[in-house]
Amino acid sequence: MSEVIRIENLRKEFGDVIGVADVSLSIERGEYVTLLGPSGCGKSTLLRMIGGFEAPTSGTIWLDGEDVTDLPPNQRAVNMVFQDYALFPHMTVGQNVGYGLRVSGTPRAEIKPRVAETLSLVGLTDKADTSPAELSGGQRQRVALARAIVRHPKVLLLDEPLSALDANLREQMQVELRNLHNKVGLTFIMVTHDQSEALVMSDRVVVMRDGRVSQTGDPVSLYDAPANSYVADFIGATNLFASPVKASNGKIFVSCFGQELEIDHPAVDGVPAAERLFGFRPEKARLVRANGSVPQGNLLKGRLENVLYHGAMIRSVVVVGEGRILVDTLLDDTFDPARHAGTGDEVFVDIDPHKIMPFARDGAS
Amino acid sequence: MTMGVSTDTVDTQMGRAPARRRGSATARRAETWASNAFFYGMVGFVLAFLYIPIAVLIAFSFNSSRSLSWPMTGVSLEWYARLLANEDLLEALWNSVYVAAAATALTLIIGVPAALALDRFDFPGKGLFRKLVLLPIALPGIITGISMLIMFRMIGFNLSLETVILGHATALVSVVVTQVFARLQRLPRSYEEASADLGASGLQTFFLVTLPNIRTAIIGAALLSFTLSFDEIPVTFFLTGRDNTLPMYIWSTLRRGLTPEINAVGALIVVFSIVLITLSVVLTRDKSGKRG
Repeated sequence: MSEVIRIENLRKEFGDVIGVADVSLSIERGEYVTLLGPSGCGKSTLLRMIGGFEAPTSGTIWLDGEDVTDLPPNQRAVNMVFQDYALFPHMTVGQNVGYGLRVSGTPRAEIKPRVAETLSLVGLTDKADTSPAELSGGQRQRVALARAIVRHPKVLLLDEPLSALDANLREQMQVELRNLHNKVGLTFIMVTHDQSEALVMSDRVVVMRDGRVSQTGDPVSLYDAPANSYVADFIGATNLFASPVKASNGKIFVSCFGQELEIDHPAVDGVPAAERLFGFRPEKARLVRANGSVPQGNLLKGRLENVLYHGAMIRSVVVVGEGRILVDTLLDDTFDPARHAGTGDEVFVDIDPHKIMPFARDGAS
Repeated sequence: MTMGVSTDTVDTQMGRAPARRRGSATARRAETWASNAFFYGMVGFVLAFLYIPIAVLIAFSFNSSRSLSWPMTGVSLEWYARLLANEDLLEALWNSVYVAAAATALTLIIGVPAALALDRFDFPGKGLFRKLVLLPIALPGIITGISMLIMFRMIGFNLSLETVILGHATALVSVVVTQVFARLQRLPRSYEEASADLGASGLQTFFLVTLPNIRTAIIGAALLSFTLSFDEIPVTFFLTGRDNTLPMYIWSTLRRGLTPEINAVGALIVVFSIVLITLSVVLTRDKSGKRG
């Protein structure tokens, strides 16, 4: 693999507001990269700077070894799928898809087959003469895709491409988009605020916050080893708590809302340290009903406040001291409703000492 | 037993509820009828207020007698025939068409780029520029007329139909700017970005994407501009030379009394205006409803 985009210290200021703060990023050819973050984190601005729609305040963008920082959008070999699709309403689907070829002076005879080929790639062969207004949301989305890839750009930019679709269609389009990426082999850079979308679709996720990159990594490493509490909280759910570190009898302990938990993590040694953040994923913990006796394990004692049904699993909310701990239980064949604790019951949360993770306090690391 | 009791309660409720509903339905229907009658009455009144004078004008244009008294004495096309023979009137009509067409062309040439500049570019003093461009629409025609008259005198222009055209264009450019600017505001910026993204130059984007999407607003503004110029009097009054436009001609003949010929001209203008308005409605309607 080779590098197709390199971003160096890219910065964008809007008056006093800093949109993107000195971001550096390298993207490999053929990669599916997602820029993930809440609104206002700078992800869209970063994408628009790659597309040429915003001029950076400082920094450099390299596309395939060429400095494109100051090139206008029409001179960059990148194409964009806009959030509102931006299909031209006065043109047919075929004319929309062929627009990029038409303005570049491609002969008519060549445009037609390439439009047909691209439309078949997105499954809209029979819609070439239809007006975009007559299409469904999902179909429009595909036309926007076809229009953006017809010229075989070096990079395809997607600005929240699925946000306008309803939930079912969105999941279907996630798969289709991923399939399309595998088929055409282009580099995709997608912006989204939806963490599950980012995890499902990407080779690599760039988590952003306040104009900075908070963590970059493949979905598995982001989920299993979040670099900081912000990423841990933004991607999936995390039971977070602040605690000093204590050692006794060769074991290391932290305090979770007033109760001691053993922790066994390579990054945490026995040296007593000031307060820092710790956390564990809800599905890594186990809920145990208190039957008068105390079970074995690394336990927190609490009271079951609520049980939230999620279809494939249930999420139990357990009050522990001043805090609330979430525990997810998979509803597979081994689950026995009769043995599960009811609301108001005394329960124990059992968590493996290896599964408790330490975090840097601030996300902007 | 408990089941039985609860079923009873349900029965009673079901028995009573429809009766109550029926009672209120009658009252509601009467109320609806009254409000409908009032509504249609109001609609009829407004339409009568607006259109009876025009209907009277058209009716009298076919009157066989010269007097404007009701009932009409008979039907004839005499006044239309006289109209076609009246060379002064025909010349005035032609002047009006010439002035309106030229003024419209001028407003478009100035107004469309001004609207584009207002919507798409940021420049210092933009807010002030916008207010200044829109100001003439609020200015009484008499002020525009006098001030332009003074200016033309100062720089030594002879008054003619061309000075009238300049005057009309000044007063009407704001109409075009307002209409086109409003359409541009509704046009998503992403269309032009998408066009540039796909490799189009600025000119290609303008002619292939922007213009087709504001075309109907431009046509609508042109028709409105034409109509307003066609029946303009105050500005024309100050700026015209020896030539008369149609409204000026009508106004001047009125001093010699109301002739049925004027009714005939009026009737023709009404028909012509309806055609123009229908045209502009049809043209501006296409696709804009489906957009967004």
